[in-house]
Amino acid sequence: MIRFIITRLLLLVLGLFLASALIFFTLRVLPGDVAQVIGGTQATPAQIEAIRRSLGLDRNVFLQYADWVGGLLRFDLGDSLVTGTPVATEIAAKLSVTLPLALLSLVFGVLIGIPLGVVSAIRHAKASGAVIAISAQALAAVPAVWAGVLLISLFGLALRWLPTQGFPLDGWDQPGRAIRSLILPALTIGVIEGAVLLRFTRSAALDAIGQDYVRTAAAIGLTKTRALITHGLPNVMLSVISSLGLQIAGLIVGAVIVEQLFQLPGLGRMLVSDVGNRDLPKVQGDIFTLTAIVLLVGFAVDIAHRLIDPRQRTEVSS
Amino acid sequence: MTLTVTDLTIEIDGRTVVDRLSFAVADGARFGIIGESGSGKSLTALAVLGLLPDAATASGSILLTVDGAAPLELLGLPDRELADIRGSAIGMVFQEPRTALNPLRRVGRQIGEPLRIHDGLSTREANARALELAREVLLPDPERLLRRYPHELSGGQRQRVAIAMAIACSPSLLIADEPTTALDVTIQAEILELFDELVHTTGASLIFVTHDLAVLAEVATDVVVLSHGRAVESGPVTEVMRAPQHPVTRGLIAAARATSWSPGASR
Amino acid sequence: MPRVLRELWRRPAGLVGSVVAVVLLLTAAVALFWTPQNPFTANPSIAWQGPSFAHLFGTDAIGSDIFSYLMAGSKTTVVVAALSAVVAGIIGIALTALGSLTSHWVREPVAVLIDILIAFPILLIAMLLSAVFGGSLAVVIVSVGIGFGVNLARVARGEVRGALGTDYVLAARASGAGPWRILARHVLPNVAPVFIVQLSLAAAVAILAEAGLSFLGYGAPSSTASWGRLLSSLQRYITIHPWSVLWPGLTITITVLGLNLLGDALREATDPRLKESRRQRRRSRAEVAR
Repeated sequence: MIRFIITRLLLLVLGLFLASALIFFTLRVLPGDVAQVIGGTQATPAQIEAIRRSLGLDRNVFLQYADWVGGLLRFDLGDSLVTGTPVATEIAAKLSVTLPLALLSLVFGVLIGIPLGVVSAIRHAKASGAVIAISAQALAAVPAVWAGVLLISLFGLALRWLPTQGFPLDGWDQPGRAIRSLILPALTIGVIEGAVLLRFTRSAALDAIGQDYVRTAAAIGLTKTRALITHGLPNVMLSVISSLGLQIAGLIVGAVIVEQLFQLPGLGRMLVSDVGNRDLPKVQGDIFTLTAIVLLVGFAVDIAHRLIDPRQRTEVSS
Repeated sequence: MTLTVTDLTIEIDGRTVVDRLSFAVADGARFGIIGESGSGKSLTALAVLGLLPDAATASGSILLTVDGAAPLELLGLPDRELADIRGSAIGMVFQEPRTALNPLRRVGRQIGEPLRIHDGLSTREANARALELAREVLLPDPERLLRRYPHELSGGQRQRVAIAMAIACSPSLLIADEPTTALDVTIQAEILELFDELVHTTGASLIFVTHDLAVLAEVATDVVVLSHGRAVESGPVTEVMRAPQHPVTRGLIAAARATSWSPGASR
Repeated sequence: MPRVLRELWRRPAGLVGSVVAVVLLLTAAVALFWTPQNPFTANPSIAWQGPSFAHLFGTDAIGSDIFSYLMAGSKTTVVVAALSAVVAGIIGIALTALGSLTSHWVREPVAVLIDILIAFPILLIAMLLSAVFGGSLAVVIVSVGIGFGVNLARVARGEVRGALGTDYVLAARASGAGPWRILARHVLPNVAPVFIVQLSLAAAVAILAEAGLSFLGYGAPSSTASWGRLLSSLQRYITIHPWSVLWPGLTITITVLGLNLLGDALREATDPRLKESRRQRRRSRAEVAR
């Protein structure tokens, strides 16, 4: 068990390194002179040279990378080209919006996707089961922008229950208002991710229904439904947990879009404007942070899965 | 207890897989159902407990009479009432021990579950009784073994666990669907002996489904031979072995002979 | 091949998906030559009109015909979807080959690389590339291609390794068959269906990616008609004109749904295990039920 954790940890670190390298070198090495782009079409060669020097682009590329990675280990991601403020500080501030948003989205997604997925599996031979499955497919096809717009129209404009934009200026000092601002955005992501989760849960549950041990559970005195729920579901949950790691990527993508749509001061929205500004150090930091989150969650999920499944915990005997 | 099956017909996707099957299991009888693959024997066993796959429809009559009570029609009974009977009045053991147990639960807890469901035992009481049951089914080192997970047990051990679960509430009828087919030959003999012993001690009736006549001869007193869903021959085992009327029966005898069984050597 | 089509159209999902794909292609083809109105003309005097005979879906903020714009946008959709699928396919094949057909020293790093790349959502790849090249449809296509290609490689690699481990392949190698023959005869028939399914899913993902990226300002340029751009421009006015955004939203959703359904149906239709005849299948199902 310890061996597994250590191996997985090493893989995580390796992954973080590779990700950092990919991000860094893509931004520096791909054709397209960044300094030129920042300077604009009117810049003189001297101005471009100055920009290049200020960015440290005149130094050896590997040295620049080593610098950046060294900074990463100290949680120092450099300074913004546009504002000069430390990138890490900005990211930390934005994460206080994005992380709760992602978490709330996950909660919504799980609440929608898993129960309905199980129900649609139990009733797969009936109309209700099919209706749920088809609706899930339709929902998964909806672009996030439109979903958000529909929710805004319904809950924000027509019913006026929830704010349609923005985040309170005092942030989390007013937790009630802060949460209310996150509900619609989180619901937007949650509904779409929930649809994806529903389809996955459904197929895992259909597998569980056919399992012999569910039949055994019925044979010792449980109704078929209870047998499925008490014996089949935990096994279903196990595979769903492993899929959650993949869901994170979807949550992040969703966050970028809804933060823009709902004007939330989160990491996603900052990334979009940083790319527009060609603020390299920030873009690097933003993307690395988001990727690191995905890798970390993947690591946590792998460990959790390993811990929960007794088949993988004990040394196999017999 | 007696079980009377009358004109049992099972259809799947429009195909008739069991066709007007009738037989009766008397009190204390050891009843064998034998046939080739696809003859419908397992489906018949499943039908008794209402455990047919969703795609199957069953018609006919399966009457269960437990001492003192009125005859109960099992076919068409709501699942909730069938669940009361499953595990308490009727116990069942299935063919594949490798997949019959919940991989996420310890074995001792699984044996104790029917006791918690039907007899309302507490966890501690159920665990104690599970230990006794583990000894009855001759599981080695029961205290340690009950704390293990199914994947840590051998096939034979898992099947013993399944048997313990089936007899936990002292059922009047035990149904075994090819319980030894997936096991090693040496273990097969042990498990058959175990069935023999258990049925003898508890006085329960037994329905034993198999495709192997040699196995059946060890355990059953009466038999019905199925072919393509129909009963082609039935009667006491010794009679049927001695003077088979139907070509399918003769075929089964020939197959058993090929694996060195001699008629009249059973019981 | 015709058997696959028959299997495909036997299923309602396959039928619907095929219809959607065909309608999309036909619309794009027609739009090459003609649309009811010019999608780019600005005519503020008729802005925000509801559906009418001349303007089937009404008009937008500057008076352009929404229906014509969506028709013109279908060309973009087809190009983005098709090219994304192609790029994803190429990258997928390359990574799959590297990940399963080469020596151990190449295979392991490639496997690790694939697992790392999976962590990059398509949107992040697009952001990364946009920072260098600026946003464009090419960026969308390449991002989807890389993001999905890696996913495809992971799925296909499992199939290839499974196929290589079968007894068929062992027997073939024992009898001296060359590697190309083994590939063609044993590996390809198992992997090809997986690929085809994934490609249709890639197309669906590409359309959603274009919508999202155009909304963020990194997709299609303003000179190109695209469904994502229309969605993005119309959503700004939902407080005063909530209904118009329905049209691009529905169009995108239906198209993506159709392609997803097509992918699902293709997956079932190309399952090599379904090669038996229908009667055989019924018999084995009854067996399993025993």
